[in-house]
Amino acid sequence: MTTKRMLRTAVTVTVAVVILVALWEGYKWVGDQTGGTWPGTTVDLPVTSNDITMPHVGDIAGELFDDIRAGRQTMPMTLYLAKKAAVTFLEATIGFTLGVVVGMGLAVLMLRWRFAERGLLPWINVSQTVPLIALAPIVVTWARLQGYPDMFGIALISTYLTFFPVAVSGLRGLQSPDVDHVELMRSYAAPWWATLVKLRLPAARAYLFPAFKLAATLSVVGAIVGEISIGTKTGLGRAILDFAQRYAVWPERLYASVIAAAALGLFVFGLVNGAEWLVMRRSRQVAG
Amino acid sequence: MRLPRLWAAGPPLVVGVVGLVLWEGAVAGFGIQEFLLPRPSSIFTHLLEDWAVISHAGWETGRIAVSGLLVGILLGVLLAVFTTRFRVLHDGLAPLAVAINATPIVALAPIFNAWFGITGTLSNQAVVVAVVFFPVFINTARGLTDVHPAEIELMRSYAAGDWAILREVRIPNALPFFANALRLAAPLSVIAAIVAEYFGGPQDRIGNVITSNAALARYDVTWAAIAMASVIGLVLFAVALVVERVSMPWRFAGDEEITEELERERQT
Amino acid sequence: MNATSDVAVVVDGVHKVFGGAGADDVTALAGIDLAVVPGEFVSLIGPSGCGKSTLLRLIGDLLEPTAGTVTVFAKPAHQARLDQDYGMVFQHPGLFDWRSVAANIELPLELHDWSKADRSARSAAMLELVRLEEFGGHYPRQLSGGMQQRVSIARALSFEPRLLLMDEPFGALDEMTREHMQGELLRIWRETETTVVFVTHSIPEATFLSNRVVVLSSRPGRISSVVKVDLGDRTDDTREDPEFFRIATEVREALRAVEAGE
Repeated sequence: MTTKRMLRTAVTVTVAVVILVALWEGYKWVGDQTGGTWPGTTVDLPVTSNDITMPHVGDIAGELFDDIRAGRQTMPMTLYLAKKAAVTFLEATIGFTLGVVVGMGLAVLMLRWRFAERGLLPWINVSQTVPLIALAPIVVTWARLQGYPDMFGIALISTYLTFFPVAVSGLRGLQSPDVDHVELMRSYAAPWWATLVKLRLPAARAYLFPAFKLAATLSVVGAIVGEISIGTKTGLGRAILDFAQRYAVWPERLYASVIAAAALGLFVFGLVNGAEWLVMRRSRQVAG
Repeated sequence: MRLPRLWAAGPPLVVGVVGLVLWEGAVAGFGIQEFLLPRPSSIFTHLLEDWAVISHAGWETGRIAVSGLLVGILLGVLLAVFTTRFRVLHDGLAPLAVAINATPIVALAPIFNAWFGITGTLSNQAVVVAVVFFPVFINTARGLTDVHPAEIELMRSYAAGDWAILREVRIPNALPFFANALRLAAPLSVIAAIVAEYFGGPQDRIGNVITSNAALARYDVTWAAIAMASVIGLVLFAVALVVERVSMPWRFAGDEEITEELERERQT
Repeated sequence: MNATSDVAVVVDGVHKVFGGAGADDVTALAGIDLAVVPGEFVSLIGPSGCGKSTLLRLIGDLLEPTAGTVTVFAKPAHQARLDQDYGMVFQHPGLFDWRSVAANIELPLELHDWSKADRSARSAAMLELVRLEEFGGHYPRQLSGGMQQRVSIARALSFEPRLLLMDEPFGALDEMTREHMQGELLRIWRETETTVVFVTHSIPEATFLSNRVVVLSSRPGRISSVVKVDLGDRTDDTREDPEFFRIATEVREALRAVEAGE
């Protein structure tokens, strides 16, 4: 990403945020003026504009920098959310790592044996139709029975979401080299695994990085969903659930926690982008 | 070329059957407790026993998922076409869309509940729309813009205007990308609908059936409901595949090998 | 010239049929007999579909003959590939984008477990040979087509094979670069004393480079005629020599005879 593009993106994001804030506050203002209907009509606005349902942007921002009592401690909201996010991040990272291992393992398996590709790929495609949140309580219960910490059980849910794009894109990437290149390796009498390491894996990187970006964000979603579904004590999912239940009293906190979740997703996405920039700097740019 | 197509179903069927048999055997053999992982046969039995409840719940959730899916697709495609026409908007919005897609959109569920109320279907539908919209927009936009410059040049040499280029070049080019997005969006819509249900709402939806029965340790019903949820996802996925097949007959005409060869040529 | 064997390549009664039995099959080559002497430069020329690339791949053991044998330095072609007795250069340079120029040249050496020091020394020597000494650290996309092709040649020669198989390596280059590359190739050939089998569809190229030009007919591919080229050491002026013109005409007539269907 050139500096010019980065600048342009930064400007667009700022403009978008400003527009969003303007729309938000504008909507609230209109609602306050007309008493909850579209101006000049008696049709109700879709979302009520009172301060409980739609807190002022300023209040939400204020909440972020305010203090919160957590147990016996008092700490700034940002720190509170950051600690929760760190737990979720850890779960997501473990899940992501496992997912990459499983995904790449499957991709190599399917590369090596055509039968494996034909037999497994449809099932892998279909695997994502099983709604993971349904499995979440069961997976974590199993993990608990085995003596693993909750964090690991939740990481497994992330793994389930992560392995899919890695396996599918990994296979595509491993199969991507030109016939010419493959013939070249054959002319060197290179064994199968040498071709894998020296040709196919480097060639696959262009396909893997988009998959990693998707997988990284999915692993965060998986971690949050996992936390929500089984009542863990920590993590962002937990925080969102808590604040959702106390919405009537502290509406700003729910918004703050959702913003934190979004920030975590972006952070993780940025990490992979950074890794891609480092690795792919000199080679040809991303394909696929 | 009928026979080869049928033959292609062989390996996945073999893997599937072997998988089911191993599953059935492992549960019995290792004495895995029924609640953790029941035998496939037992899931099937419970599904039939509680059919009334589960099918109704499946229908409720399915409705939400499908309606959200359709609206999300429509919005995604419309915005993609619109931003392609106005390239400036596209360059600005696309990275933003990618960034938003990186955030856990399902975390919006409680907020939508607050806005649209917990009892109706609107808040859950909104979650589905939000989740589906972004991948559809991103992929379709890419398909519309990632066109061989040579093809655009050709159209310009015929003095074709932007709308003609959209019709004849961009949209056909975008179809595979759209199909890919559809394949992603279909199961996503089900997952989004179910996750949204966790945050509350009428109990006669699949997500709530699963969680309330799991909380009561009635795992047989839980697993049957999970099976139903998977079926809904599978059906939508299959529909997506059919739509892909129907809308792009030229991709599947003739030998599989030739199509791959053409694909490869196209990339050089 | 060390001749450990009298003949470098022997192609004996080779047939190649694609597609297996039945109406679908294509006989690419029928009854090919060819012998190449060590140190010789032999070109294969013919109309499209005459099987010249197929023949090259048979020599390189990238394809197996349906009938007949291919012997390289007194071994079966298969063994020659395992022993890495030949280097191959294709029409597209086929360099790995993610490796530097030097790393690309070192690829076959890595595969054969050369030490880092040996590899570096050899790739440096090869870069000197193809006159690209300063470009070792560059990446393929920073180089022109001609330069990439030179790297490809350097890579093919990096483990000093006794035989070089080249499949229209200069086909994608413009005329001036092409002529320059031909001169460079001859220089390298003289310096390394390798045997070269060179596929081309360019008459002047075949005439300029070779000791012998083998003309193939198509469908099925057979050797139609062989033209001996006695032009001595080639220089830039050779292309304007009347003798060059005469021999090129001979090749052209041989090709015309093939196209007319013999």
